[in-house]
Amino acid sequence: MRIDDQLHIDTPEGARLTLSLAGPLPRALAYSTDLAIRGLALAVIAIPLMLFGRGGMGLYMVLLFLMEWFYPVLFEALWQGRTPGKRMMGLAVVHGNGAPLGFNGSLVRNLLRTADLFPIFYLTGFVVMLITPRAQRLGDLAADTLVIHTPPARAARPRQDGDGEVPDWPLSRDDQLILLAFSDRGAGLSTQRQEELAALAYPELAPAAAREKLQRVARHVLGGA
Amino acid sequence: MRQSQFEQRYRPQWERLETSLAALESPRRPDPATLTGFSADYQSLCHQLALTRERGYSLALQEYLNGLMLRAHRQLYRYHTPLLPRLVAFFTTDFPRAVRHQWRWHLISTLCFVLSAGLVWAMILHDPELVHTVVGPQQVADLEEMYHPDLRDASGRDRQDDVMMFGYYIYNNIGIAFRTFAGGLLLGVGALVAMLFNGSFFGAAAGHLTLAGAAQPFFTFVIAHGAPELTAIFLAGGAGLRMGWAVLAPGSWRRVDALRRAAGECLPVMYGVFALLVLAAFIEAFWSSRELAPQIKYGVGAACWTLLLLYLLFAGRGSRSQESHGSE
Repeated sequence: MRIDDQLHIDTPEGARLTLSLAGPLPRALAYSTDLAIRGLALAVIAIPLMLFGRGGMGLYMVLLFLMEWFYPVLFEALWQGRTPGKRMMGLAVVHGNGAPLGFNGSLVRNLLRTADLFPIFYLTGFVVMLITPRAQRLGDLAADTLVIHTPPARAARPRQDGDGEVPDWPLSRDDQLILLAFSDRGAGLSTQRQEELAALAYPELAPAAAREKLQRVARHVLGGA
Repeated sequence: MRQSQFEQRYRPQWERLETSLAALESPRRPDPATLTGFSADYQSLCHQLALTRERGYSLALQEYLNGLMLRAHRQLYRYHTPLLPRLVAFFTTDFPRAVRHQWRWHLISTLCFVLSAGLVWAMILHDPELVHTVVGPQQVADLEEMYHPDLRDASGRDRQDDVMMFGYYIYNNIGIAFRTFAGGLLLGVGALVAMLFNGSFFGAAAGHLTLAGAAQPFFTFVIAHGAPELTAIFLAGGAGLRMGWAVLAPGSWRRVDALRRAAGECLPVMYGVFALLVLAAFIEAFWSSRELAPQIKYGVGAACWTLLLLYLLFAGRGSRSQESHGSE
């Protein structure tokens, strides 16, 4: 069994959807970002409202109320489950079955935020997140929502030229996956690290030769030729 | 089929799906022409994702298709219902029905408030010094300044103050109601404490001002907006207790499922609480502050209470409400 933070959901189409759950740290960072954005927005709005005296104060307090309670609700309900802070951290809120978040779900999870805040600094929410299997705080449990990482847009893969080479061992499925991962992610690794990895496959060759051989084998698996 | 052939063959389809998704995710209404192939593309995407996993294509491709499918799934299962008919149905049937459905909890929270208010009120009439155990010295001074006929200065009050107080009531009262509800999730303790505390405070204010000879200004001020405001606080407390009870005693449900059911039942109540408190803030800022004969203010106040109680008790009964049942 693998222990990771991936959640598999079978959709009505019979396909399997994989969600990757967000833990406390990215969520806290997203929350802090939102807090800063809200504070800044309120400060900017306060300046012109000061000109209107006590009437402006009244409007400011209405805005304060909306910012405190409805900023997350409106953004999550109308903007694909993301507040600006969540978007910046690459997070989104969805329902437990992968369905999009509506106004009701968003309202429940955000109204109950106060319970998660108790007694200070989201201590209750943090503890509940640690002990629930899907990293949900109390509001998430009541609304049946999850906070997930939204996959980053994938850059177009550079073309890999060159010929392939048939591997000299019977290829298992896992081997195939590893080779493909090597070909996908190799470009992001330093040459030394690539050679280190290649040396695991071909300990008898010199590091540079091993790397080239492994790349050829990976190209064969990919079927570039 | 090798991975590169697979990608080559289906790449245009995935790109078409990405275009549709970009159109659907933008806040503007998407052009129907871009969406013609959306559901067919989505279905074949499901198939291709399964193939990709089965054939052991690269993880990067799997991740890409999974991400695409996640986005498409979210768009396909999104639903929008027209707002206006829902609002009408909500206020004519759903809200009062949701309140009556949980009447026990609302009764308990109302009793917590009323009994603690009555107790503190009676205690202060018995021993006036007790007010200082409930209310701080600054708040006592504020109360006297606001309501005492000799101390208050209503002449300077104008539109500006009305707007300012409106903002304050929105910020303060709705915040209290929402916090009371959320506090209920902590095994009901938060809601219970909030109801007892608010009840004691109200009782202390009423008792103290009665003794100070400011009973009439106080009650003429609070009676009209008190109807929606106090009712909303009672309802928020009741909904909070319902949430706490779902966690404490889930019955034959899993705790999480009991909590979700309770949240679903409480949601219409909380929408109603919000509406009631906005109404209360309007009345409080723009009507309660008017200087009128006490008879008029008591009359209007009594009308507010009667109408609200009749509404909560009787609106949405009968056959018509059967249709809206199960519209969740």
